[in-house]
Amino acid sequence: MLNAIDKRLLQEVADLHTIPQGAYNIRKNGQGVSRQTTANIDIVTKKDKPGIDVIVKPGTKGESVHIPVILSDSMSDLVYNTFEIGAEADVLVVAGCGIHNTSSNKAQHDGVHEFFVRKGAKMKYVEKHYGEGNGTGARVLNPKTVIEVEEGGSVELEMVQIKGVDQTKRDTLIRLHKNARLIVTERLLTDQEQNAESNITVELLGEDSTAQIISRSVAQDNSKQVFHLILRGYAKCRGHIQCDSIIMQNAKVSSIPEITAYHSDAELIHEAAIGKIASEQLVKLMTLGLTEEEAEAAILQGFLK
Amino acid sequence: MFYNRWGTLRAGVKNVMLELRDITVTVTEGTEATILKDINLELEKNKIYVMTGPNGGGKSSIAKTIMGIYQPSKGKLFLDGVDITDKSITERARMGIGYAFQTPPRFKGLKVRELLTLAAGREDINEQCDLLFDVGLCAQDYLDREINASFSGGELKRIEIATLLARNLKVAVFDEPEAGIDLWSFQKLTETFAQLHEKYDLTLVIISHQERILRLADQVIVVSEGRISDITSRDNILAEIERIDSDCLCRRDCIKGEILSAECDR
Ligand SMILES: Nc1ncnc2c1ncn2[C@@H]1O[C@H](COP(=O)(O)OP(=O)(O)OP(=O)(O)O)[C@@H](O)[C@H]1O
Ligand SMILES: [Mg+2]
Repeated sequence: MLNAIDKRLLQEVADLHTIPQGAYNIRKNGQGVSRQTTANIDIVTKKDKPGIDVIVKPGTKGESVHIPVILSDSMSDLVYNTFEIGAEADVLVVAGCGIHNTSSNKAQHDGVHEFFVRKGAKMKYVEKHYGEGNGTGARVLNPKTVIEVEEGGSVELEMVQIKGVDQTKRDTLIRLHKNARLIVTERLLTDQEQNAESNITVELLGEDSTAQIISRSVAQDNSKQVFHLILRGYAKCRGHIQCDSIIMQNAKVSSIPEITAYHSDAELIHEAAIGKIASEQLVKLMTLGLTEEEAEAAILQGFLK
Repeated sequence: MFYNRWGTLRAGVKNVMLELRDITVTVTEGTEATILKDINLELEKNKIYVMTGPNGGGKSSIAKTIMGIYQPSKGKLFLDGVDITDKSITERARMGIGYAFQTPPRFKGLKVRELLTLAAGREDINEQCDLLFDVGLCAQDYLDREINASFSGGELKRIEIATLLARNLKVAVFDEPEAGIDLWSFQKLTETFAQLHEKYDLTLVIISHQERILRLADQVIVVSEGRISDITSRDNILAEIERIDSDCLCRRDCIKGEILSAECDR
């Protein structure tokens, strides 16, 4: 069922070298091709629309779910996935989409992911996007993610898109209840004529909820990036956005911050910076024997790691 | 090697590693300014030079010209007899020239471990631990730290020094290495320089205003107003410092009395 290209895509988006341990569901060209459930994690195909329900039993510890999607034809795929992370569970969810497009037609995957992280549960969610193929057809990914974190829950969100995706519009909404914790790390690199937009809205609804968003991006060639990172504090809470972009050649980056407090004990900080690679950094690495290109690569690699 | 040893033994024969011949540097950022004028220097193998002189005199500019960061508008540079005037920073680095910056840059995202790996050209954890020890840092606490805004000035300087110690150099230039280094670590730093000198056959140039660093010098180069104003022995300079010190006893008294007076007639 899976050929060499598929395997490479899987490796890029889900670090999968072999069939994963634990629960998984692999979707290829709009269809589920392989699935495994465990005693604690169930995966059920939705009846009313394309997609799956992933149900993690309360108290499940140290298990993982991999749900990669790969597209190797030019087609449009739309999927709705729902995750129920039971109370006090502690799990890793790895999603991701890889596109291999050699045609002149568009290949598009739009995913709507909805998470319910129940009381005291912990979830790390990793989402990687990757595109390849020498066709002129665009590679388009538009993920929409909604996460509800109940009391005492904790979510770590890692979103990575390094090259190869021509167009992306990423909408993320996270709602944090009492004592809920959130850390988002976003890494984005665009080149050539690519376009990327990332909208992250965090609503701090409950007392003592905390959120930290660390977004780092590199925009090369003629690519464009837009960031709307929004924190809204409705209770005694703390939130911090750090948005950092390196801009190169003729790229364009906009970083549009919004922090709004609806409560006098909300503490919200937004930091945003856009700039080119500092020349002192390049010079320093060149004095260690690196060429300018090697120095640039080392700096970008460190920055996006 | 044999020739070198023999060469240095022969009285009167210089064993020059780096030569600056008639170097003039003009910068054109904003307004044009000549920052170095007709610099002539011969730096020998296996010697320690301390470069000193007033702020803005041109010490860092000489170092940057040696490293290839500044290009001379006139004059030539030779490394071990080879003309390197047209060589890039990278080429000079690979030929064995190193420069530890007066104000080292910070790197968002690059860890100490990674910078030292780039510097040494290999990843050797034991070696990196030794390097950090040599600059008075505990490897455990620092190897995995990003060299970002969280670093203190002194920590940053120590890492900078370590990046040169990691490399196999012919000419190493340290630009005010002691700046920001606390008194307690100072001794360790001077020992490190002395060891470096003993261990390798290199030409060591230390830009410094510190008497304790001056004491390491085989020769002292005084730079002011974009020129070499003096090249002299350590003893001469130390004697001069002594003289200035006693000359200005009265001024010191004034400072003690919280009255700053520039008039000192003694
Ligand atoms: N890139 C540059 N553009 C313009 N002026 C420069 C540049 N680099 C150095 N200068 C000027 O050249 C002079 C010498 O500077 P340099 O940094 O070499 O002095 P220094 O002896 O190292 O001083 P300090 O003891 O303060 O470190 C100064 O007047 C400085 O402003
Ligand atoms: Mg200086």
